[in-house]
Amino acid sequence: MLSIGWMLWNQSSEARAAFGLGFLKPTLQASWDPVLDHFQAWPFIYGTLLTSLVAILLAVPISLGIAVFLAELCPSWLRTPLNWLVELLAAIPSVIYGLWGIFIFLPRVITPLGNVLAETIGKVPLIGVLFTGPIPASGASRLAASVILTVMIIPTIAAVSRDVLEAIPNSQREAALALGATKWETIWQVLLPYGISGILGAVILGLGRALGETMAVTMVIGNSIEGSLSLLRPGYTMSSVIANEFAEAVSKLHTQSLIEIGLVLFILTLLLNMMARFLVWRVARKTPQDARA
Amino acid sequence: MNNIKNIIEAQGLKRKQRRKTANAIMLALTGLLTIIALIPLFWIIGYVVIRGGKSITPGFFTQLPKPLGMGGGGVLHAIEGTIIVSFLATLFAIPPGVLAAFYAARNPNTPLGIALRFGTDVLAGVPSIVIGLFGYAIVVKPQGHYSALAGGVALAILMLPTIIRTTEEMLKLVPASLREGSLALGAPEWKTSLSVLFPAALNGIITGFLLSIARAAGETAPLLFTALGNERFDLATIIKGGIAGHQTIFQILGRIFDQPIDSLPLTLWKYAQMPYPERVDQAWGVALVLMILVLVTNMIARIWIEIRKKRLRG
Repeated sequence: MLSIGWMLWNQSSEARAAFGLGFLKPTLQASWDPVLDHFQAWPFIYGTLLTSLVAILLAVPISLGIAVFLAELCPSWLRTPLNWLVELLAAIPSVIYGLWGIFIFLPRVITPLGNVLAETIGKVPLIGVLFTGPIPASGASRLAASVILTVMIIPTIAAVSRDVLEAIPNSQREAALALGATKWETIWQVLLPYGISGILGAVILGLGRALGETMAVTMVIGNSIEGSLSLLRPGYTMSSVIANEFAEAVSKLHTQSLIEIGLVLFILTLLLNMMARFLVWRVARKTPQDARA
Repeated sequence: MNNIKNIIEAQGLKRKQRRKTANAIMLALTGLLTIIALIPLFWIIGYVVIRGGKSITPGFFTQLPKPLGMGGGGVLHAIEGTIIVSFLATLFAIPPGVLAAFYAARNPNTPLGIALRFGTDVLAGVPSIVIGLFGYAIVVKPQGHYSALAGGVALAILMLPTIIRTTEEMLKLVPASLREGSLALGAPEWKTSLSVLFPAALNGIITGFLLSIARAAGETAPLLFTALGNERFDLATIIKGGIAGHQTIFQILGRIFDQPIDSLPLTLWKYAQMPYPERVDQAWGVALVLMILVLVTNMIARIWIEIRKKRLRG
């Protein structure tokens, strides 16, 4: 663990010395120029953050629905097969998501959806900036990456939240039901608040996975650093620029800049993971062992 | 008086009705969301099977890639590569993984045990591309060239958390009475571990290996700049050449491990982005092979774990 961090730090020393904090500065006119040896990471950081946040926004309600269904409602004969199916979703290699994305999902769903969004929300001031069209005919865009990421992180969030719900003592449910609450009120007003920190942990784990996801995103995001904020335009992420350019980087500074991006990514996911573990661990501790049904 | 009571009752009824409706709608919604989330799964599997099935021929598994435009050809090089890299990764990951798991299971509350568990959890969250960078830094850079060996090391790091965690879980499932019995008979701690705990948990541990190999075999990102990919990799020629040249088995293995190598996911990634329809068709074929490999391993492992858990609980 430590050696990974140290290695990344060490190997990017020259890039850090050359560009300083300007490397990370938010700017629309960022330059990433292997010929002039001048590198700024902002487009990639923005792409990673934007796609991951949108993916989280989309994935959280769906995953919570699944977790609630699996933990509280599902008849027991259906539970094991459904658990398996959700886990299979996580087991499919990410290149296959990418392949499916390029040839099936993007042209059939994302391009039409993108056109509609550009026509409607794209015209609204302020948030319209995020939905400026036109979306490329291939559908390759930040939106595509976000949606694929959503599918990929749903299993993570759903599985951990399900475990959190299952760890809640039965006395909580019984008390709420005895007071006359309906099943939904029990879930919404008692169980979810009780498990909130664990669920938050699940969400952060999902976010960590979204930030680091490489292959599927690289295949559908379009890989361009044009200066646009829009979800509907092609973009780039930290992991995909490393994937695309690292093996071909010639100059030392180019390699080092890519490693520095890796370092930023590493630190980001490290912090998120530690936070998530801490939250999940707190729930586990709050629930006495013998109270679990 | 009566009138007011009626109104209150009517409102109560209305409210009750509303709560019931909300209940029904929200509960139905959770079921619906579950179905929505599973749509992509069936969509992906369906397309991969249909489009991949078309390009699967016997030659697909037994031939090396042919130059573009000639048609035919297979992905034998990638199949061999996947096996070789996964083999190397397993070789590197299992000894430290199992040892760490034994330590963590035996000493869960020592500082090292806690640090180990925490480190495993965090390592599991490190993006695979960053692990690829690490593999590049520790193997490719000192060696000066890409190699199967470097790919194996990168995948091994990726596999470690899964191996440690499942092995530890399985060791914990072994009843304490077994261990105590062995210790009571005067067996030293190491012998108890080796000849009582380990065999008792072996089935489950192997399942853990299977799961982690399945995960590693589907990974692309750590291989991009460690194994790199090599369309001209030809195992048969290397071995024949080695035998003809009277090389020892170690020299032959050295030659295999020392050069860049392809794997199924790497090939899929490259082919999918090519503008040639025949390559794209082959990409779907690779996707099918890869998916069957990963899903079947996963299913077997999970069924195995379920059976085992049931048996141990009695």
